[in-house]
Amino acid sequence: MKKTIYILAVLLFFCCARHANAQKSVSSTELIEKAAYYNNKTVEYQGEVVGDVMVRGDSCWVNLNDGANAIGIWADTNLLKGIIKYKGDYNNKGDILLISGIFHRACPQHGGDLDIHLSNAAKIKEGSVIKHPVSPVKIKNALGLFFVAMGLSILYNIRRNRK
Amino acid sequence: MLLRPKYSDIKIILYYLGKITLGIGLLMVIPLATSILFKEYNAMFDFLTGMAVCFSFGFLFIRIFFTNEDLDWMHGMIIVALTWVAAALFSAIPLYLSGHFASFLDACFDSMSGYATTGLSLMADIDHVSNAHNMWRHFIMYIGGQGIIVVVLTFLLRATGAFTMYVGEAREERILPNVIHTARFIWLVSLVYLAIGTSALFLTGVYEGMQPVRAFLHGLWIFMAAWDTGGFTPQSQNILYYHSAIYELITISMMFLGALNFKLHYSVWTGNKKELIKNIEVVTLFITALATFSLCAIGLAKAGVYPEAISLFRKGFYQLISGHVGTGYSTVYPKQFVFEWGGLALVAITIAMAIGGSACSTAGGIKALRIGIIYKALRQDINRMILNENTVLLEKFHHIRDIVLEDKHVRSAAMIMLCYLALYFAGAIAGMLFGYQPLEALFESVSAAANVGLSCGITAPSMPNALKLTYMFQMWIGRLEFISVFTLLQFLLSTVKGK
Repeated sequence: MKKTIYILAVLLFFCCARHANAQKSVSSTELIEKAAYYNNKTVEYQGEVVGDVMVRGDSCWVNLNDGANAIGIWADTNLLKGIIKYKGDYNNKGDILLISGIFHRACPQHGGDLDIHLSNAAKIKEGSVIKHPVSPVKIKNALGLFFVAMGLSILYNIRRNRK
Repeated sequence: MLLRPKYSDIKIILYYLGKITLGIGLLMVIPLATSILFKEYNAMFDFLTGMAVCFSFGFLFIRIFFTNEDLDWMHGMIIVALTWVAAALFSAIPLYLSGHFASFLDACFDSMSGYATTGLSLMADIDHVSNAHNMWRHFIMYIGGQGIIVVVLTFLLRATGAFTMYVGEAREERILPNVIHTARFIWLVSLVYLAIGTSALFLTGVYEGMQPVRAFLHGLWIFMAAWDTGGFTPQSQNILYYHSAIYELITISMMFLGALNFKLHYSVWTGNKKELIKNIEVVTLFITALATFSLCAIGLAKAGVYPEAISLFRKGFYQLISGHVGTGYSTVYPKQFVFEWGGLALVAITIAMAIGGSACSTAGGIKALRIGIIYKALRQDINRMILNENTVLLEKFHHIRDIVLEDKHVRSAAMIMLCYLALYFAGAIAGMLFGYQPLEALFESVSAAANVGLSCGITAPSMPNALKLTYMFQMWIGRLEFISVFTLLQFLLSTVKGK
């Protein structure tokens, strides 16, 4: 019994350690500032899908923003099939992806771009539609100021007509 | 002895300022229409508020300071200097209301950067900005590039003394005999290229995998900022977002066209194509671009960041030309300049930014014409030393026509160049006072004062407010090429100390 518990504890430890390791992705700032160190290494990076998924033949470009910078991810389209639903823009919070891939300080395939060539991708958090309710204060302020502007324009026109 | 200005002077200045403020309010119709088109109602109220404030101040000023008196040179210069401050303040209102700025000062920084076609930005979370606010940011650049006064002269105002205001916006060259016709020609050129550039970028965007509507909007915005050598982009990665060599090629062509003198455009449009190879500005630009690119390429090769020659050329050439013509578009991250590019490449780009584009264009910096004139004067002086002292030396330069080099040309060019150099170093010292490294501080200062917009990472919402104000001042005075701002300062001084 003791032996079984011991084995289970060891397995649990390794699972947790592996999981913790997987969560420890590199930030965009670190990739940019220590580009020479990470060059041609496999890295894990996490960020929000922003803008377009730009399909180029069998591959595509996805830009992932981790809050500090967005980094271009060059991916086989099949690897991202069914993963991306929301792309970040004014109306949407994009999906958060955790990806792993080879980091290039100056990608020889893409004219020297700093990018990551995707190996694996997983969705950490699904994006959502962003609602932009107009605050009543904003409406009141805008309308109030417009009435002021109209009043002043009337006053100006009265004076001009008199002249 | 300083003479205190009369009340009538102040009345004229504030009356025209009121009229121009009304014009700025009217310009907000474009982003307002965009917000309605894309059902961005929150943004719509931001622009309604901005317009209402402009109209309120505008009508108030023209009501209180109503006058029929004509403008003179001093009024024109002061109106221009104040217009740019007022435009930055009023245009910042909808930007600030967007919620993408930490403070109103940050929003003013961006609107001044937009009007001055600089491109440095303190906007947070650019990837989630509304279409209406993006339209406004880029439209501001388009207006600023042509000149706010040019816009007002073309569409809104029929003012006597218009030429003084036109000159005040650093446009001392009149392309056509009538200044209103000159302003309209500038707009004609800009609108023709707007159609061509937007179409080219739209088609490229669709070809490169963007959604058609986004491809069109991005095409329009990127063109506006490229042609006006501005540098704002709708995505945080700047031009790197597109990962497209074709996009880079089109933007580099557009920004180069924007950096050419409108007089040269006129000359080429009217059939004089030889001007393109004979003009002193084009020749100077070619030589300085070649020299600074060579320096940059050596620096990059030494740093070893781009092992492939094609990558080195593509990255080095794009950033260098973008800096030289004052656009500030980039395909590298700001921090890469510091951590990857090395000192020599950074110095090369700083020199290119300091030189700038052509006079009477949308570019900033010292300008190729002045560099060319100073070089010719230097050559003349050296030749004078070598030859017999009785020899009469005649130096000419070609700018639309052959012009004999005179002392007045050299004096004017040298004076403005000295002012720019002083401005560059003053900004660098300010940066160093806040703890930034000398080369980085100089890079950012030159970028702000020459209205470029490339950043090595100093410009951020977290930078000290005093440095934000320093860069704003540099953008303003650099765009207007000193004279109108100096006139305003003198006017303020005489108001206080005059008799």
